[in-house]
Amino acid sequence: MSLHTSHLPKAGTLISALGVSALTFSLAAMAQDDGVERDYQVQLPEPPDGEVTFTPPEESALGDKQYDEMVRLGRDLFVNTQALRGENVFNEQNCSNCHLDAGRLAHSAPMWAAYGVYPAYRGKNDKVNTLSDRIQGCFTYSMNGKPPEKGSEPLVAIQTYMHWMATKAPNNTSLPGRSYPSLEEAAQEPDRERGAEVYANECAVCHGDNGAGQFVGDRTVFPPLWGDGAYNWGAGMHRINTAANFIKANMPLSKPYSLSDQEAWDVAAFVNSHERPQDPRLRNVESVDKAQELFHQHNGVYGQEVDGKRLGDHADYGENPGPNDS
Amino acid sequence: MNKKMLSGLGLLMSAGVYAGTAAALEGDPEQGKQVSATCVACHQADGMGKNNPKAESWPRLAGLPEAYIARQLHDFKSGERKNASMTAFASMLDEQKIADVSAYYAGLEDWPELPTAYHAADPDDAAEWLADRGDWENDKFIPACSQCHGPNGQGVGASFPPLAGQHEAYLKAQLENWRNGKRHNDPNELMAGVANRLDEDQIDMIAEYYATLPERLEARGTQQEEDGQ
Repeated sequence: MSLHTSHLPKAGTLISALGVSALTFSLAAMAQDDGVERDYQVQLPEPPDGEVTFTPPEESALGDKQYDEMVRLGRDLFVNTQALRGENVFNEQNCSNCHLDAGRLAHSAPMWAAYGVYPAYRGKNDKVNTLSDRIQGCFTYSMNGKPPEKGSEPLVAIQTYMHWMATKAPNNTSLPGRSYPSLEEAAQEPDRERGAEVYANECAVCHGDNGAGQFVGDRTVFPPLWGDGAYNWGAGMHRINTAANFIKANMPLSKPYSLSDQEAWDVAAFVNSHERPQDPRLRNVESVDKAQELFHQHNGVYGQEVDGKRLGDHADYGENPGPNDS
Repeated sequence: MNKKMLSGLGLLMSAGVYAGTAAALEGDPEQGKQVSATCVACHQADGMGKNNPKAESWPRLAGLPEAYIARQLHDFKSGERKNASMTAFASMLDEQKIADVSAYYAGLEDWPELPTAYHAADPDDAAEWLADRGDWENDKFIPACSQCHGPNGQGVGASFPPLAGQHEAYLKAQLENWRNGKRHNDPNELMAGVANRLDEDQIDMIAEYYATLPERLEARGTQQEEDGQ
């Protein structure tokens, strides 16, 4: 099954919905192997349908061995990733914002299901990508950060937490409940104006009218959805299909599957048509045009014009100081 | 700094959305104090309310968010929130008096500020687990209370009131009211949905947990100081 391409037609319809001239996708075929990170999130084959039968172990079963302590540290970093703020994390997010119930919840990209599908081969960079690579990608993009080094305590802890959650899960098997469930293609083209209405009615009470989230002290209660505190232009969640899938099955919090498919598509288009920290891969290419051509041939609106402004046409990397001036 | 500004903006906005027209009127706490003469019989002179396990409990008002109080008064007045005595009292208040008395109680005393630092929930403490981790399995999909009401349930903005330090019998009664449909003035039925999936034991447990949390946190803090942590 080739999911790399199956979502592309949606991108086309979305672009026209936003009033931007349709791009051809011949550009997608131009992927070159010059060592530049392309699209870190290979979209793996969809998980099988069917009942979720896997249950991760209970935390109460953890003991006090070093492994158990490492699981706990990984759990702590997963739900309070802000502990790594300024080192590995440069926005307001925590892993558990997009992986609900501390990474345990089915259809919320649970860690027990992700664990066993890596390493995974990725045609786009012709490389076998490990779980460490994948977690590092989350830090680079979703956390707008700097990935912890392989073998470093944060990365070992998160991997150990995942390993523990996947106890007794079949290895190298895509399990029901993995990832977010894929919506059918939208009946009407996703429309950010309709989405704005959904947002105002269903989302703003928590995430705020301006998408900036809400905080108590230093703690993120409701994560920002756009702006400097949000995931950057390279994160999987900036794709409209990924966000729509997540929203349908998980949002509003405590009301899964309460939005219609169309509402989920529309509100995802609305949220993801806002500015957010720059795609860090732009640091290594000469222009937004080039970044758009190389990295954004998918269901997102990076590089496209919305309300008279081109999205991503800036040098704002949020709080991330970049590799050279830290 | 930027974060604080943004977060403040978020609070203002949700207050604006959910307090409706009340946000347009500025409350005068001095005037509100006079209005409160009708409230003190139940909510007490200090606005701290009273826990009445065998009868109707009177919630603490002192330190609740202004827009939250105003919203409740509007809802009592319109019948959106039902309570025989509160409907009678709220009906006597015009827009300005609602704004004034809300400002008065919001400023009467600060709601206790509780620690915000991350604290791992103890899997052997069922109440703490529900408060900080929720109850998701078997399609219950109950988020942690703190995911909306903030760390240690101290409230978030105008729409998610503080729980920690509110009276136990009042918290329990509200959860039951949401569950049986008597109360339904929550934004987007968020609380009704969650309350419907809580069982009786969880309601008893969580009401007691939040009512007593401030004193337990204080004891924990004192203990840590004694231990030199």
